[in-house]
Amino acid sequence: MPVKVMIPSPLRPYAGKRASAEFSARTVGEALGHLTTEFAELRKHLFTEDGKLRSFVNVYVNDEDIRYLAKENTPTKDGDTISIIPSIAGGCTWKRRLDAPAGAALNFARHLCSRISEANWNLKE
Amino acid sequence: MATTTQPQTGAKPAASLSNEEILRYSRHLIMPEVGMEGQLKLKNAKVLLIGTGGLGAPLGLYLAAAGVGKLGLVDFDVVDFTNLQRQVTFGTSDVGKPKSEAARARLANLNPDIQIESFETQLTSANAFELFKDFDVIVDGTDNFPTRYLVNDACILLGKPNVYGSIFRFEGQATVFGMPDGPCYRCLYPEPPPPGLVPSCAEGGVLGVLPGIVGSIQAMETIKLILGRGDSLVGRLLLFDALGMKFRELKLRKNPNCPMCGTHPTITKLIDYYEFCGVRGEEAPGPSVQVPEITPRELKARLARGDDLFILDVREPHEYQICNLKGHLLPLGELTRRVHELDSSREIVAHCRSGKRSAEAVDFLRKAGFRKVLNLKGGILAWSDEVDPSVPKY
Repeated sequence: MPVKVMIPSPLRPYAGKRASAEFSARTVGEALGHLTTEFAELRKHLFTEDGKLRSFVNVYVNDEDIRYLAKENTPTKDGDTISIIPSIAGGCTWKRRLDAPAGAALNFARHLCSRISEANWNLKE
Repeated sequence: MATTTQPQTGAKPAASLSNEEILRYSRHLIMPEVGMEGQLKLKNAKVLLIGTGGLGAPLGLYLAAAGVGKLGLVDFDVVDFTNLQRQVTFGTSDVGKPKSEAARARLANLNPDIQIESFETQLTSANAFELFKDFDVIVDGTDNFPTRYLVNDACILLGKPNVYGSIFRFEGQATVFGMPDGPCYRCLYPEPPPPGLVPSCAEGGVLGVLPGIVGSIQAMETIKLILGRGDSLVGRLLLFDALGMKFRELKLRKNPNCPMCGTHPTITKLIDYYEFCGVRGEEAPGPSVQVPEITPRELKARLARGDDLFILDVREPHEYQICNLKGHLLPLGELTRRVHELDSSREIVAHCRSGKRSAEAVDFLRKAGFRKVLNLKGGILAWSDEVDPSVPKY
């Protein structure tokens, strides 16, 4: 039984709309490597250019934060669940305050959002 | 800035309930886990809600109904039609009213025995301590990263619990930060994601019931903290997936190296959270649109003459707090949706900080059929240079 990687909804547009994916992997890093190989677009959201996990991306093996285990080298065994936990801020009308000042970042946001709209989420998924 | 609903609670804690209160809270009183002792704890508790929107709605309603003696409501926003799908405190007749005031009126009607204070202001590093100091529990129902880090840091610095909830589309998170031995928000997320990585509800949408569920969980945790009963979410991040209808929980650990609550904290005062979250930014580069303009000197002369001009400020609320020309605040990003607030028969002068955003606003308004609309050339910066140097530049 392989390792299951849970993909959070903000990142699903870059993962073929999938909510999870399964891989054979001995460590967290290996599983995330498989994930970002299969879904190349995910890579830049999870890793920096020099291949480090981004600081705002939290990864758990089962219910433990890998920062308190062996980070990407944390070993995994068959049946483990790896969760990518994004920071979400909604409560919920975040965009308004960002609209005017954010400039280039906002364009990036709009780009991401339009991509998410394109993902055409529906309740049956 | 605050509006208070009677009755005022005195400095002395309440030691008894009236007969009306006993009747109202009878379903609490007959539970041994609450009882008279617990109900009096609720009556003597002071809870501050940051945000009265999607999460704030069930929070306000349940905490008021439960008899929390003093509720503070902080929100600078105004009720609009798109809020009504999930912000169940508000009715259709509240559209256009300040949220903090509309929520205060609704909660006062629900429970006239409690004190409700509304603060129609944006929470900032400058006012956070003043707002928080009189409250026992802070509940974070905000919608943006800068405010979440601000709430966290202010709670840690003041030693107050922070009942956290957050939602995105079909997913929610809840926990309790800021307890003496528990983690803080920065232990979980030392840094915010870059602006735009996580879209807002306005972009990604949200199922209306979701904030109802997550806000109710926050209300429950708040009441448990006040009663001192049950197992709090301290040290646990509750994840709710509405689509799969699954609850999961992850362990949250206090990070000994946390810059806020670790053994050697490096953050010892409130900072600029917009800068920290990278959302201050510069105004978008590129040529601004060509629109009819008015110079600051011309504007001053026309105002002095008593001309009927409507000053439209299209900046953000936090910028309005820095300085303003007493204009009507309607941020550029909300203009499309709130254009009906403007009277096209009046002459409008739009301004921002430098004149770029207001040029976009003027361009939009002219295309929307507004004929008498001008852009203040050079914005508030030029106004400060040419007309009134007492207006600070930023």
